[in-house]
Amino acid sequence: MSLRQQHGAEIDAILARYPQKKSAILALLYVAQDTYGRLTDESIREVATIIDVPPTHVFEVVGFYTLLYDENVGKVVLQVCDDVPCAFCGAEQLVSTLESKLGIQCDQTTPDGMFTLQRVKCLADCNRAPLLQANLDYYRNLDTTEKVDDLLTQLRERIAKNDRISISGRLAEI
Amino acid sequence: MPPITEHVVLRDNDVPNIADLDVYIKHEGYEALRIAVTEKTPADVINVVKEAGLRGRGGAGFPTGVKWGFLPKDVYPRYLCCNADESEPGTFNNHQIIDRNPHQLIEGVALAAYAIECQTAFIYIRGEFAAGALRLEKAIADATARGYLGKNAFGTGVNINIVVSRGAGAYICGEETALMESLEGKMGQPRLKPPFPAIAGLYSKPTIVNNVETLANVPRIVLKGAEWYRKNGTEKSPGTKVFSVSGHVRKPGNYEVQFGTTMRELIYDYAGGMREDRKVKIIVPGGASAAWLTEASIDVAMDYESLAAAGTMLGSGGVIILDETVSAVELAYKMDEFFKHESCGKCTPCREGTHYLVKTLHRLNHGGAQKNDIAKLHDIYNQMAGNCFCLLGESAVVPIRTALKLFPHEFEEALAKSSARHAIPLTLAH
Ligand SMILES: Cc1cc2nc3c(=O)[nH]c(=O)nc-3n(C[C@H](O)[C@H](O)[C@H](O)COP(=O)(O)O)c2cc1C
Ligand code: SF4
Ligand code: FES
Repeated sequence: MSLRQQHGAEIDAILARYPQKKSAILALLYVAQDTYGRLTDESIREVATIIDVPPTHVFEVVGFYTLLYDENVGKVVLQVCDDVPCAFCGAEQLVSTLESKLGIQCDQTTPDGMFTLQRVKCLADCNRAPLLQANLDYYRNLDTTEKVDDLLTQLRERIAKNDRISISGRLAEI
Repeated sequence: MPPITEHVVLRDNDVPNIADLDVYIKHEGYEALRIAVTEKTPADVINVVKEAGLRGRGGAGFPTGVKWGFLPKDVYPRYLCCNADESEPGTFNNHQIIDRNPHQLIEGVALAAYAIECQTAFIYIRGEFAAGALRLEKAIADATARGYLGKNAFGTGVNINIVVSRGAGAYICGEETALMESLEGKMGQPRLKPPFPAIAGLYSKPTIVNNVETLANVPRIVLKGAEWYRKNGTEKSPGTKVFSVSGHVRKPGNYEVQFGTTMRELIYDYAGGMREDRKVKIIVPGGASAAWLTEASIDVAMDYESLAAAGTMLGSGGVIILDETVSAVELAYKMDEFFKHESCGKCTPCREGTHYLVKTLHRLNHGGAQKNDIAKLHDIYNQMAGNCFCLLGESAVVPIRTALKLFPHEFEEALAKSSARHAIPLTLAH
């Protein structure tokens, strides 16, 4: 089924927000990557058709923005802030705890396809370091292994129930 | 400076649950907008903002009312872009304004839109603020349902349409011309200026770009007047400022204080002092783009003029306080790693310069340094300075230059230690 067939109403609502269709590109790519788990070549071409631009333009945009994934990622993308000040407030510890709990390094996905782990730059929440985003929901003050365990358990339960799983954050917790 | 008696922006400190529309309304919410659209002309709104002396909080401190006055006469449509791309390391005031007092931001956007006669205002919000975007959309929907926004605001026929648009991960999109490129559906790379956005901005139409905190100040100014606003702050930096204080203080957080409050007051009276009573080593007063200070400057007043006189800037208001456990060489590496990561790749001095800065700094920190590496660092930033297409590249010069100036001996020590060790490979994130 095409993106349009699956999300026609949402796509029309997105297009209606902008004076020019092209402006809808990021919002549509978010819908596409949530639908297919990542931005497949096919889905990128679909978005190009919807906003009436050459596919090369959309490929270029996908390559530019870090929250657009054209490679496989897990159901949940974990993004640990390792910027200043977090780097000096426990971020490195958090990264290594996650690497050992998940058995992967940064920029890898667990073999079961559940989690992708990444380092990212300042998430504008520096007073609650160390922290991460999981599918763009914030989890703050993760300064003990227990807190990390709890977080992973909670996320695994959500994945099992398919509860608000959106790598684009379209279903983020308000 | 004495503490403020009433918050102007982070009013949730005085009014619990102000994020709730009913609570906001009960505490004068949307009154400024109602009065403006029913009783005042757009020029009246511009004038009061000018008289208040409100200065843009996005970094440059440009007077907001003056900027609004730059739009060419009789050219429509005009656009307003609220810049909610907040990504400067150490800065989190916009983020928490959106979370804690969203309606005041929406009202500020609406007032600015009315003042500049714009019918569609965008809030360009960084992609990571997914929850923030939903929160703002809800606030807009709620206010529209009450008839405050939309096609017929307060029954006056004034049309105020506010659209929330998410970015997708790129610090450079906070630069106003890159922001507009991104909103037009392109890669977020800066445009050549002139033309300035006020003349030809979004979709080549006259456009005003303002920061979240800037606009969140507007409702109170319009309602209470310029004189009231000027009771806080200094003559040239009037009002209050929300400083994001982070790092090795006991109580990191956002503190809204008068402009002119000293750094010492901010650290010790507001942020609880230094953790474990350690000594302050490095102060980054305005985000990663601001030159560092040391404890010797701790009595500097936090206003635009005083920080400029101290050789740095107020910038984004992100105040990072680091204690003596931090190495200056490591800090310079981390900061330039940020700029390298965020370089948009459009111009060579920034793209290549940040790459070589990071490579060299990595060697100094982690082994395999070469004996001319310090000279090389000077060489690289000197080649970048003044040659970058936009301020991101120029900002990347700041951490390394200031680190070398303030802590030359640490670089010498790092060089000696690192030369004796084997290189470990640098894996650079894309
Ligand atoms: C690399 C770079 C990043 C920027 N990021 C932001 C940002 O995240 N938020 C912001 O308001 N201004 C940012 N600015 C400044 C904007 O270009 C612009 O001056 C500002 O949004 C104007 O709003 P103001 O007049 O209310 O300060 C950035 C500038 C540069 C050069
Ligand atoms: S200075 Fe850097 S961010 Fe700015 S245009 Fe050049 S490459 Fe892009
Ligand atoms: S540096 Fe980590 S949230 Fe700002």
